[in-house]
Amino acid sequence: MTGKAATQALGIQRPRGGLFSFLELGMDFQGQVVSDEESGDAGGDSRPHLIVVGNGMAGCRAVEELLARDPNRYRVTIFGAEPHVNYNRIMLSPVLAGEKTFEQIVINDRAWYDDNKIALVTDDPVVAIDRAAKTVTARSGRTARYDKLLIATGSDPFIIPVPGKDLPGVISFRDMKDVDTMLAAAARGGEAVVIGGGLLGLEAAHGLSLRGMKVTVIHLMPTLMERQLDEAAGWLLKSELEARGQTILTGADTAEIVGETHVEGVRLKDGRLIPASLVVMAVGIRPSVALAREAGLAVGRGIHVDDHMMTSDADVLAVGECVEHEGQVYGLVAPLWDMCRALADGLVGKPTGYRGSVTSTKLKVSGIDVFSAGEFGGSGESEDIVLRDASRGVYKRVVVKDDRIVGAVLYGDTADGNWYFDLMKKGEDISSVRDFLIFGQAFAQGGGQADPKAAVAALSDDAEICGCNGVSKGKVVATIEGGACTLDAVRATCKASASCGSCTGLVEQLLSLTLGDDYGGERTVKTLCKCTSFGHADVRREIVAQGMKSIPEVMQRMSWSTPDGCSSCRPALNYYLLCAWPGEYVDDQQSRFVNERMHANIQKDGTYSVVPRMWGGITNPRELRAIADVVEKYNAPMVKVTGGQRLDIFGIKKEDLPAVWADLNAAGMVSGHAYGKSLRTVKTCVGSEWCRFGTQDSTGLGVQLERMSWGSWMPHKFKIAVSGCPRNCAEATIKDFGVVCVDSGYELHVGGNGGIKVRATDLLCKVATEQQAMDYCAAFIQLYREEAFYLERTAPWIERVGLAYIQARIVEDEVGREALTSRFLFSQNFSQDDPWAARAAGSEREQHAHLGEFRPIEAIAAE
Amino acid sequence: MYVGDWIDVGPITAIPVRGSRTVPVAGGDEVALFRTGDNQVFALVNRCPHKHGPLSQGIIHGHAVTCPLHNWRISLVTGEALGEDKGCTPTIPVKVDGGRVLLCRTSTLKAAA
Repeated sequence: MTGKAATQALGIQRPRGGLFSFLELGMDFQGQVVSDEESGDAGGDSRPHLIVVGNGMAGCRAVEELLARDPNRYRVTIFGAEPHVNYNRIMLSPVLAGEKTFEQIVINDRAWYDDNKIALVTDDPVVAIDRAAKTVTARSGRTARYDKLLIATGSDPFIIPVPGKDLPGVISFRDMKDVDTMLAAAARGGEAVVIGGGLLGLEAAHGLSLRGMKVTVIHLMPTLMERQLDEAAGWLLKSELEARGQTILTGADTAEIVGETHVEGVRLKDGRLIPASLVVMAVGIRPSVALAREAGLAVGRGIHVDDHMMTSDADVLAVGECVEHEGQVYGLVAPLWDMCRALADGLVGKPTGYRGSVTSTKLKVSGIDVFSAGEFGGSGESEDIVLRDASRGVYKRVVVKDDRIVGAVLYGDTADGNWYFDLMKKGEDISSVRDFLIFGQAFAQGGGQADPKAAVAALSDDAEICGCNGVSKGKVVATIEGGACTLDAVRATCKASASCGSCTGLVEQLLSLTLGDDYGGERTVKTLCKCTSFGHADVRREIVAQGMKSIPEVMQRMSWSTPDGCSSCRPALNYYLLCAWPGEYVDDQQSRFVNERMHANIQKDGTYSVVPRMWGGITNPRELRAIADVVEKYNAPMVKVTGGQRLDIFGIKKEDLPAVWADLNAAGMVSGHAYGKSLRTVKTCVGSEWCRFGTQDSTGLGVQLERMSWGSWMPHKFKIAVSGCPRNCAEATIKDFGVVCVDSGYELHVGGNGGIKVRATDLLCKVATEQQAMDYCAAFIQLYREEAFYLERTAPWIERVGLAYIQARIVEDEVGREALTSRFLFSQNFSQDDPWAARAAGSEREQHAHLGEFRPIEAIAAE
Repeated sequence: MYVGDWIDVGPITAIPVRGSRTVPVAGGDEVALFRTGDNQVFALVNRCPHKHGPLSQGIIHGHAVTCPLHNWRISLVTGEALGEDKGCTPTIPVKVDGGRVLLCRTSTLKAAA
């Protein structure tokens, strides 16, 4: 069953113009109940009268089900708000897109009503129910008496309460009238805005786009169709729709709809104005319950019904999107069919009951196949099996809990959606096919091999193993037999598994099959984390090679096995992207470790410590006073001199951080980045300015180095020191980059650290001038930034790649060094804004402020 | 179903996706509200079962959060520590209706007491 109904009404739409006046009108007609004879074609018919409120899909389906069981039991009258016979509301999108005509989407034509002696009242919605008198009153004043009443009013579109929502040209996408309005607008051409990136909004956008309008979709949430799709699938969909010429703005909040006499555009809360002559609001639907509520029926989110679709009044029934059963409200067609079955069974005295529905959504969004079912969000106890095939644009995710499927999301290839859905509904134990599950029914049930290797062994020699590079099984096996005994060797030789990596498991099984016991099975490269089969170096290389620019894109193209990564890979990817695309990549705060997100160091009690920058370790009375004032003003319990020659203020609450920073900024101090995988401090001695042994101006060089390199994000923390003579008071030989001044110039040392395992630096080279010391430092930092792995300090990095490699790149290759230096200085253009100043000025306030406060009810009552 | 009234603590958009916001409770423990990548909202007492780290400040991935102090992973659904670690943080009933985040008042006061 298609899920297009998810956001489409199945019942009538209430007329605009104020419910209250209609009710008053209804009251006026209370005393004028027309007899059954007057209300239609009762004509001596003594059968009980069933009145159906709503000529939509639910109401008519219920009547169809009833007729199928007992065509003579009830006399039936249907009231509809629209001037049409019963049509398939789900198919409005194809009508808009020009694929179907209205006539083609009619479910029951006039003849059906006539043949079954159903009285149809169109264009006249019921506006009041009198349960005591058992009558309904329509807008026209027509009143009729019922024995059984069936409410099938469906849903109302949700109109966001922004200025301009009532302007001509602002419509919803619910009925044929809306489609007619859109077709007329499209005929005039121009620009359209669709508010809402759910299914219905995207269908509207697709239709309008096909009809030649320039369409912008505004979606409040960060990814499209977030109720049906997870982030990865939502990202794929967005990319595809953008490739088709639509503009998709996610995370965009509508402030107002502007226009004088007709809509002219939509203004977002960030100030952007998007011009439009048509605005389609498709942000959601709500069960249409006003009529039932006014009639005094029990109503929650929807009209409360029991298993037999009976409301709180035994003679009043309800089905479809307007009902709430066991706390659930449905917006899909499949549950509706189930409800109508239960309803009809009850109406003919053979009740079977409705037990709620497990729903799935399989649909085409603008021609793209999408499927989702169950809890695709996953939960703490469930596991994800993910397959990503970047070259085919396919993403599949099956959520498994206790060996049973609890949810699935499929994008691009939905062929197995029904199979997963079936397994899920039946609650079948899938442990026996688990290893094949994600490859689909054909593969999982093909021969029923218990061993994944057997399935691979059974593949023919020309079976394709690597879709990206078109490598067959025979070629992979030949490569292995030719001496490629590890995965990396296979990747390097025949390219299998060298692109998206989704066939890595298959290649490993071939290695195991071909080499037998000779295959160690051990990956020679440590993976970045459990979410991927790739190592850091692979990911870094591919980000640049494939021009990948966002975290979801990397996860999709490199076949991540989790929907949104973990706390290991997200910060790493964020850094790699930031390093690869300076000035272009937008930092993802939620992928930052707390200290980098809060720009302070979290302590064991959840408070923070704050370290202002003191360039080269030099300070002055003004700065010291400001620090002293902050300590007193915020009752900081401790101030400590750090090993890096700074002052650390302890015990600051997250709410107070912006105010503390504002005070420190006022004295000219900026963030010391003591919290970051970044340049921490440049430690200096006093050098030739004061020291009788000093050979060079070590403090001056230290300050210059710090001015050059502060604010840059790196794989790990990075410390610099400059000592004015070989006595090395600044301890430059246990820093990531150390300068030891001598009479004839500057010795540059790299790769030292204190910490658990002390490592003294290696001597990189000796240079003659301060400027050279600066340039070499910048080049070294950039090489480290570009090539080290995330969370790898310079010491293990240099041990891994060798000092000779670093010297070859920095010392011997002059052109390369200059390029590194200039890349570093370029990226610094974008990183040397004081993050404290921005926060103190109010940016990202949500990082610091509480959402609200919670007090016992007595305290609130006392106010 | 939970007995007790629901308190509107603000719009869902006030919580960043894969982020968290806090609600202090008078006389009790702070509550942390989490919004996950699939746009669901969960509420836990803002305290790791290990060494009481503020879970609201952790990195949120799937339906779990990694504590900022020692990297324990806590399920947002059950409050249980995941993997080898053992411990549990109280969860608080929370729902989203019409874009508003609603916390169960009685459970909040009980869990945070």
